[in-house]
Amino acid sequence: MNLTLKIWRQKDSKAKGQMVDYKVTEISEHMSFLEMMDVLNEQLVNSGEEPVAFDHDCREGICGMCSMYINGEAHGPDRGITTCQLHMRMFNDGDTITIEPFRAAAFPVIKDLVVDRMAFERIQQAGGYISVNTSGNTQDANNIPISKHAADEAMDAATCIGCGACVASCKNSSAMLFVGAKVSQYALLPQGQVEAADRVQNMVAQMDLEGFGNCTNTGACEVECPKGISLENIARMNREYLSASLKG
Amino acid sequence: MSGILNSSIGRKFAMALSAFFLMIFVLQHFVINLFSVLSPDTFNEISHFMGTFWVIQYVIQPILIIGVIFHFVMGFVLEIKNNKANGVKYAKNNGAANSTWMSRNMIWSGGFILVFLVIHFIDFWIPEINTKYIVGDMSGMHNGEFRYFHELQEKFVPIWRVALYCVGFVFLALHLLHGFDSAFQSVGANNKYTKGLKGFGKAYAIIIPLGFIFIALFHHFNH
Ligand code: HEM
Ligand code: SF4
Ligand code: FES
Repeated sequence: MNLTLKIWRQKDSKAKGQMVDYKVTEISEHMSFLEMMDVLNEQLVNSGEEPVAFDHDCREGICGMCSMYINGEAHGPDRGITTCQLHMRMFNDGDTITIEPFRAAAFPVIKDLVVDRMAFERIQQAGGYISVNTSGNTQDANNIPISKHAADEAMDAATCIGCGACVASCKNSSAMLFVGAKVSQYALLPQGQVEAADRVQNMVAQMDLEGFGNCTNTGACEVECPKGISLENIARMNREYLSASLKG
Repeated sequence: MSGILNSSIGRKFAMALSAFFLMIFVLQHFVINLFSVLSPDTFNEISHFMGTFWVIQYVIQPILIIGVIFHFVMGFVLEIKNNKANGVKYAKNNGAANSTWMSRNMIWSGGFILVFLVIHFIDFWIPEINTKYIVGDMSGMHNGEFRYFHELQEKFVPIWRVALYCVGFVFLALHLLHGFDSAFQSVGANNKYTKGLKGFGKAYAIIIPLGFIFIALFHHFNH
């Protein structure tokens, strides 16, 4: 199929970017969206133009790097997938596709479609871990009884890949789904209890410091999340946070 | 308390608490108004009680006013903060694909409710305060009978006010269609019980505003 692409081009973090139109031809419906981008870039390189910079790594929905806002949605129109898992069969011959970087004040554009998501990293560093003694006499995790239900919920929360689609989709650029998932994966397990109060307070403080917005509970994040992280994680984070604040 | 307002979750929690309070207030206001249709005498008695009992006048009424002011000021604060967090706008954004119109436009539905409330204050509250505390007439009487029901009827004669009422309550319905569930989520309640509350929330959000509209129309056509 033949497509018109409207792509955000921005030379560097300081430059003022703009939307630029491109044409690609003979795109197979079996291609992934990133393969289609590769075709475009090959075309640009051959004609001596600067290729479009975009993030990608695993190309199988694991790493969370492939941040693209496609036709007004994070990772495009399909559900439960990342951009690398988006197939060109979701589009029709002759379509115009708008491709933009993930937008949020806390995710500044580095170049073209590449954004800086280090804010997520700093939130994790603020509390997204547990402290365990690894000197050789570490207790076997299987010795600690955990209910199947809690284990399942913690595992579901832990599937968050830190892609940032939740922030990109949110009208307030709120990071609460991401932080909610990261808080929950520990809050649900006994190993996470010891540092639970500090963890949630420090992670939320860092989230606010990074300039993410306040949640309005629109639920856009949950719909666009490639891993199906549920809003229940935000409610759990709110409970954890409020009870931690009460304890002082 | 001021500490909690410095965090995003704390602000949302306070927003939800003020909203719960407003929803309870709106419910009791509706029940009282309903008596103006069912039994004008009862309506007069309740109005007189509400208007003169000191606990309501000097304790509950100030809390309510503070609650309303807190709610809309915080609404505007959140809106400004969120716009700032949003940064550069998308050239193409398909919000309808993942969220409801109501949830994305709380500031607009809320803004219209505020316009309505200002007019409502000028219409009912200021004359009440004037009669009771400036003129000093606490009797609630006019020409030998309770004045409340007649005053209410008078207000709903002009069609413009009735129309404004209807529009105001349509916006309240839109506000609550998202707000009711949202307030539970904000205080951290999202479990098998709140799933059941969703239906109740939708019913509340539609029946109460429709009820207010019905009462306004009833008095307009039964004068
Ligand atoms: C006076 C004018 C009003 C304004 C300007 C206003 C504004 C807002 C805004 C902007 C929000 C969303 C806050 C956010 O982003 O999370 C909100 C939430 C809400 N409002 Fe209002 N509102 C008003 C009146 C009311 C009234 C009269 C009621 C109830 C009868 C009400 C009930 C709610 C509820 C239940 C929520 C959801 C709270 C939450 O998400 O935690 N509002 N309001
Ligand atoms: S919660 Fe979902 S959308 Fe947000 S970062 Fe994690 S995987 Fe991505
Ligand atoms: S490139 Fe790794 S998730 Fe898409």
